[in-house]
Amino acid sequence: MTNSEVRMTNERPATRLLSGNEACAVGAVRAGVRFFAGYPITPSTEIAEYLARELPRIGGTFIQMEDEIASICCMNGATAAGVKAMTATSGPGFSLMQEGIGYSVMAELPCIIVNVMRGGPATGTPTRSSQADVMQARHGTHGDHPIVALCPWSVRECFDLTVEAVNVSERLRIPVLVLMDEIVGHMREAVQLPEHVGLWQSKLIKVPPGEYYHYDDSNNYDSRIASFGEGYRVHLTGLTHRKDGFPTDDPEIIRWNMDRLRNKVDDNRSWLWDVTYEDLGSETVIVCYGSAARSAMEAKRMFEQHTGRRVGILRLRMVWPFPMERMIALLRSARRVVVPEMNQGQLRRTIERSVSRHVPVISVQRYDGEMLTPEEIIDAL
Amino acid sequence: MKKFLLREPVSSAGPKGHKHTIIRQFCKGCRICVEFCPTGTLDLDDRFKVVVAHPEKCIACRMCEYRCPDMAIFVQK
Amino acid sequence: MADEHLKTDAPESVNRFLDRFRIDERFPHILCPGCGIGTAMNTVVRALIEMGVNQNELCVVSGIGCSSRISGYLDCDTFHTLHGRALPAATGVKLARPDLKVVVFGGDGDMLAIGGNHFIHAARRNIDVTVFVLNNFTYGMTGGQYSPTTPTCARASTAPFGNVERDFDTCFMARATGAMFVARSTTFHVAHLKKMARLALSKRGFSVVEIISQCPTFFGRYQAMGDAVKMLEWIRDRSIDVSKVADPWVVQDKFVIGVLHDREEVPPYSQLYAELRRLRQIGADCKDLGIPSKVAGTP
Repeated sequence: MTNSEVRMTNERPATRLLSGNEACAVGAVRAGVRFFAGYPITPSTEIAEYLARELPRIGGTFIQMEDEIASICCMNGATAAGVKAMTATSGPGFSLMQEGIGYSVMAELPCIIVNVMRGGPATGTPTRSSQADVMQARHGTHGDHPIVALCPWSVRECFDLTVEAVNVSERLRIPVLVLMDEIVGHMREAVQLPEHVGLWQSKLIKVPPGEYYHYDDSNNYDSRIASFGEGYRVHLTGLTHRKDGFPTDDPEIIRWNMDRLRNKVDDNRSWLWDVTYEDLGSETVIVCYGSAARSAMEAKRMFEQHTGRRVGILRLRMVWPFPMERMIALLRSARRVVVPEMNQGQLRRTIERSVSRHVPVISVQRYDGEMLTPEEIIDAL
Repeated sequence: MKKFLLREPVSSAGPKGHKHTIIRQFCKGCRICVEFCPTGTLDLDDRFKVVVAHPEKCIACRMCEYRCPDMAIFVQK
Repeated sequence: MADEHLKTDAPESVNRFLDRFRIDERFPHILCPGCGIGTAMNTVVRALIEMGVNQNELCVVSGIGCSSRISGYLDCDTFHTLHGRALPAATGVKLARPDLKVVVFGGDGDMLAIGGNHFIHAARRNIDVTVFVLNNFTYGMTGGQYSPTTPTCARASTAPFGNVERDFDTCFMARATGAMFVARSTTFHVAHLKKMARLALSKRGFSVVEIISQCPTFFGRYQAMGDAVKMLEWIRDRSIDVSKVADPWVVQDKFVIGVLHDREEVPPYSQLYAELRRLRQIGADCKDLGIPSKVAGTP
């Protein structure tokens, strides 16, 4: 039940042993990313290292900037100049990048930010996993803004969801987060990657420079925006702006600007969601994402084997925007919901709102850096 | 891009033929051009906009044009 | 994107100059009466006109502050980024489109405080951009707080009894971190400034012009010279040409203006990286570029 643009071909592609980080980088390259600006940080550094080797080979550019703030700003510059761009980091760097992410939102620059989550806050536990940046992913930068965040659970999905992220960001002109975690980033699995991936193609700009508005509602987000160096003399700013891009403090235009940013996600909810599920007719449903979902899947299997009772599982591949309407519909037969997370229950309250208050939502939390075990989840079933 | 019609700039030609073009709506009355004019050609009027008070004194050095922060005055020989 | 708005019978040269700006209802620009930033902007634009730089090949990048507002008024691709982050953004633009001419404007606080680290690294990498640091010794946009270039003992809104910090020498730092070309000028010496701007714009690699500029509204008022004319006289009287000092780096009480550093060009980052791409295709690597290196001769 995926909305990704990835299509399988009939060929039998070679099997490769890849880590999640590598698969993410491969996915980015396949999706057309030709610019990476980043800063080394455990556990995401392998993404940078892969791209440092690969990008020069295919005419792309890799640069290691002096810090994460420089990385996100440099990436914004490349994307503004017309090149698909990406950066990758972990918690501490993600915190530093927030203002820059806000800039991508406000100036409407498509870009990918990969956050391979680790123990936090502050330096936390660099070599251990967590899922504790989920709320920050939604609200990390100041001001009202939407965000799209994808959450892979396997090496193959690191590839698929990175491609999806690129497509969504190009289509909506919005920064998209890929929330991996250290477990998913560092594990290795044998994968067969598709030979071809579908890429979002924007329509061409049809108006001459004199009539072009960089933020025109009438193009329904579908047409390509002008980049620097194409004769459109674009003005980009982080200030609230008019449709020609120039700053304003007129309340009506500010309102329009804010609405436009929010509606970019809200108006597209019909396709902007990605969940997979099984056995939702069961009494108990596990709602999960990322590496916790791996434990959940095993817990489901073990429980069903032992007790003969089926357990439903609903896995969010796109965590933000949270598909509230769909979740309400999908969980309507659940009598008990279990939410395993490697954090102190960050998504639990949001999930609670998608079921009636008579349905208990059990939060199974593990935040000591170790992976959630199936047994811990079974205890809650 | 919104088009903006400049109100007609004021043009005047002095006895030596030096032409001054003043965009009154840009002038902010900072007096830089007035005070640094080597010959005392310029002054501000009662609306604090630059005017060519003594056109015969102008030597077309263009320092007023080059120093003006607001593109309010231009000189042509 | 041009001229219908300029329905004037002004001389052609005036229209040609005004054509470089996005003249609309936001003019006259937001800068205070007598602000040196306007003068600096106009002078750099004149330099660009003289050099024949095409507006479709120019990208102006700025951060946040009064100086950074320049980008909003120029008719070309303009990138008004975050406070202090113009240089990393300009790095991204230049690397994605090395064919564009990238010019960066920023103030003393934007470039040297919050942006200080980025300044150092952009210079070190030798990104091919021209940077105009408009130094008015204050954070003007936010009301006159002290900045890394505010002179010791000067007053500011957050230094009501005088600034006890030492101030940076922007040009010294630019030179130390590897800039190809470093010059200083002022908004009084406009002909000189245009010349310095032309030199910097034609130099390949990271070039810096520090422009001493008046902020009559804040820095000026706090120093009891809250008048553009008085401030320009102060700047004029405190400036000295580099040819008249023995060592420009030790002059504490004057602005040494002129070309302070102009070294033989080394390839900018974008060129080196392009070479690296080519070398990678043939299985070679950076050492084959023949650049002096501490690891030259090692496998």
